[in-house]
Amino acid sequence: MSAVTPVPADRLSRFSLSPTAGAWVALLGVTMLLSHFSRDLAKALDMRWAIRFPSGWKVPMADWVSAAMKWLVEEATFGLFTFTQMTRFIAWLIERPYELALAALSSGWVQGFGADAVQWLPPLSWIAVTVSLALLGHYVRDWKLAALAGGAFLYLAVFGQWDSAMVTLASIAIAVPLGVAGGLALGITAFRHRWLERLIMPVLDLMQTIPIFAYLVPILFLFGFGPVAALIATIIYAMPPMVRITTLSLRGVDPEIVDFGTMAGCTRRQMMWRVLIPSARPGLMVGVNQVIMLSLNMVIIASMIGAGGLGFDVLASLRRLDIGAGLEAGIAIVVLAIALDRLSQGLAKRRPDHHAAQASGNLLRRHPRAAIAAAIVLATFALGRFIPAVQTYPEALAITTGPFWAGMVEWLNVNLFDTLEAIKTALLTWFLLPIKRFLLGIPWPWGILLCALAGWHFGRWKLALLCATLAAFIAVNGLWAKAMTTVYLCGASVIIATAIGVPLGIWAALSERAGKVIGVFIDTLQTLPSFVYLIPVVMLFRVGDFTAMIAVVLYALAPAVRYAAHGVRMIDRQLIEAGIVSGCTPRQLLTRIRLPLALPEILLGLNQTIMLALSMLVITALVGTRDLGQEVYIALTKADTGRGIVAGLSVAFIAIIADRLISASARAARKRYGFVGEHG
Amino acid sequence: MSDLTKLGCRGLWKVFGEDAERFLRANPDPAPGAFRANGLIAAVRSADLDIHVGEIFVIMGLSGSGKSTLVRCLSRLIEPTAGELLFEGRDLLKATQAEMIDIRRYSFGMVFQHFALLPHLSVLENVEFPLDIQGQDAAHRRERALEVIELVGLKGRENYYPRELSGGQQQRVGIARSLAVEPEVWFLDEPFSALDPLIRREMQDEFLRLQAMLKKTIVFITHDFDEAIRLADRIAIMKDGAIIQVDTPQDLVLAPADDYVSEFTRHIPRDKVLTVGAVMHKGAPAGRKSRRANGAAEPIAASARIAEIAERVVDADAPIPVADAEGAIVGSIDRTAIIDVLVGRGQVK
Repeated sequence: MSAVTPVPADRLSRFSLSPTAGAWVALLGVTMLLSHFSRDLAKALDMRWAIRFPSGWKVPMADWVSAAMKWLVEEATFGLFTFTQMTRFIAWLIERPYELALAALSSGWVQGFGADAVQWLPPLSWIAVTVSLALLGHYVRDWKLAALAGGAFLYLAVFGQWDSAMVTLASIAIAVPLGVAGGLALGITAFRHRWLERLIMPVLDLMQTIPIFAYLVPILFLFGFGPVAALIATIIYAMPPMVRITTLSLRGVDPEIVDFGTMAGCTRRQMMWRVLIPSARPGLMVGVNQVIMLSLNMVIIASMIGAGGLGFDVLASLRRLDIGAGLEAGIAIVVLAIALDRLSQGLAKRRPDHHAAQASGNLLRRHPRAAIAAAIVLATFALGRFIPAVQTYPEALAITTGPFWAGMVEWLNVNLFDTLEAIKTALLTWFLLPIKRFLLGIPWPWGILLCALAGWHFGRWKLALLCATLAAFIAVNGLWAKAMTTVYLCGASVIIATAIGVPLGIWAALSERAGKVIGVFIDTLQTLPSFVYLIPVVMLFRVGDFTAMIAVVLYALAPAVRYAAHGVRMIDRQLIEAGIVSGCTPRQLLTRIRLPLALPEILLGLNQTIMLALSMLVITALVGTRDLGQEVYIALTKADTGRGIVAGLSVAFIAIIADRLISASARAARKRYGFVGEHG
Repeated sequence: MSDLTKLGCRGLWKVFGEDAERFLRANPDPAPGAFRANGLIAAVRSADLDIHVGEIFVIMGLSGSGKSTLVRCLSRLIEPTAGELLFEGRDLLKATQAEMIDIRRYSFGMVFQHFALLPHLSVLENVEFPLDIQGQDAAHRRERALEVIELVGLKGRENYYPRELSGGQQQRVGIARSLAVEPEVWFLDEPFSALDPLIRREMQDEFLRLQAMLKKTIVFITHDFDEAIRLADRIAIMKDGAIIQVDTPQDLVLAPADDYVSEFTRHIPRDKVLTVGAVMHKGAPAGRKSRRANGAAEPIAASARIAEIAERVVDADAPIPVADAEGAIVGSIDRTAIIDVLVGRGQVK
């Protein structure tokens, strides 16, 4: 070693900033100043247009969309038939099976209308449905799953949610097969034709980022208010992951198996249905599970355009702030979701073994469970004619928890009001409002410039152009202020979700026991339909930004935890050992090795958190935020297609800007560490 | 092309990359460096092969040598870029898709490195699969499937699923499945590479037993020279997409075409490859004198491997006569010749 030891570069950098980081800090400072003084500055320089986008400059994009929609419904024709005739035909196609499912589960077969209606065949009895589902659980896995499925349906009956639950189940029973079949068909076509895949995938990306509300409006316009429109919205919402998973799993089939299929002399069709699809079954079943969960997620939202059942109950009670009833119906959705989720997961993991294959004999012996189910259906049908309690669960025995929840809320409000209010006020004053003021103060031209600069930093001119164009779209539609409110709510929620989620994730990865508990917690959070979060939060904090933020945090927490845990878990064991051998303390192991290496994964988790937060934000418009979500919601209530689509696209564009910037930075981090490839 | 040839190829090329076909048409005999310069990769370079009826033809090469691509070109799983692919004298590259499906259904069978069993089907259903694809009725295909399952020694496991079997058993299923259609040409793509060494050996013996019974025309791919030597009637050695040498194991050892081949043969136990005929002193032993000295020494067959007779020759005090297939004495072999082989010394004749 020489006498003059140069200070290592990394030591230096801890005290002084690199030129780029310095530039960003300076930019932030300028932005803060601009934001703070923008009003005075604009007045002084006579540049009011920079603060408030002049209405004269607004591009009437919403009107154009509305006009196009009107043309589509009133004039568009394919020659042989008009566009409206086509939508009616689609509606008819979906309506038939739906009516069948509804009759079987809920309404029974009825002849005549109104007061003259005579039910000539009752629906399946509650006992028959419960036992059948329990038997399905046993077939899929074991007695435990049977108990879970049976218990869930028993709960629905005992707690008086049966009728609504069966209406919901009927729509799920139609939406899921159609969503799966449609997704499979599109996925297979995309798998066969690369060009089609290149066409479909960006559309799917956009569909998953546009808030659901935005496409409720055109569906409402095309199909009218009612269960069919709700089913179509559900299918559209639940299908994209199935398409993606289908293409991915087909492409993931072992090339040797494909070669085998060719060598066995399979035709194209034999190859697809006898080799590829069965081999890809585990992946495809994950897709089916996704479709089920997304359909359930849509239950409440779909009730806005005419779906009945549990979703409608939640929405109605939320509107009249009947917390007890809302929570009851909400819990019923969760119970239904858990039962269907576990059943479909069990089905996905089910692998027959040779003992099962050896069973032989007559039909009865080969399918004992189906035989029992059929027997019970028939028996309860016959008995139900004489004993009504067999047919429908007696109302007198139903337990209602509504008053209990209402009482609990009252108690909480009386006893904890001051504490909760103090927490709320503190967070609002010191955290939410400063962010809001800062973001809303930024003049829109400066905002667009910032987006472009960030794009340039991570992805050069292509990304810069994309970010600037998307931001400009929002501005020229006169939605800048609402978009900034969305960014503020989303940003604040994401900061909190990350602050809670990342440490939780790291803890889950480091300690096995914590990992198990946190895993269950996160799984439960993800099974809950998004609306359910709103109910207890509204109960405690009433409507407003704060309530919205809490609901969004709860909803968006899961990916932050999952990705952080995954990032820490996948670090090469040898690197940790190298750290221990070099004498790292546990703290140093965490800060010097684990965190930096998990950073790319954590960034991807952040990306997902933002996406989920944005999708939840639109829903929280129901509790009175003044952002793009509210804009979409208003459009929905007014059936204003153009307004809804433009606002929906604006939310999607915010999501796309965030997604592209974060993905680019995650990619840069991966490249720096030399993990290339994974996750695109 | 002789009548013996079942499957062969002439000037077969597989070049990956854009416009590979046009490039080859413009340069029928390109220099090895020309591909990379044009952004192309030549996986198979102008392969000429004649695979005879009933022989085990092994294609040997290290990973990346193009052997897997070559066998996929021979079965037309990969479309060759140029050349001729001849099956019973007919150019398969001119066959339509429907004709190829027919040929694959009835004339070809293939065994894969990672078994390629369909995970959702039982052993029986897997073996029945190619017959089902042909359109055979259930009773007929079941009978045939049970027959081949017994042949590979899996009787009693018909209802198991692939994941319930060990690697060796899974490959037996793969073998049974490929044999179910009674193929004329049997492709085996590194069938034993994924198995551990003990099982691999057992499977090689099993394979030789089956071939002794079935006498298929076999194209066998391996990266393991020992395996090639053990199984092959003839071996083709590949390097960088080109076939360097095609010969019997013995001729490869005796006359390697270049340094690359001799590098492989150097570590081969020569006594297990070389036959007595290759190292004996030619010509009948000199007169009656030596014969008397040997007493009534039983002659050794010229086709015997050195390893099989080494002990006897070394123990004998005098050279032992060597007889050809007809029993005529064609030469003699002594202790020195054996020791030369064992220590790898001297030039074999």
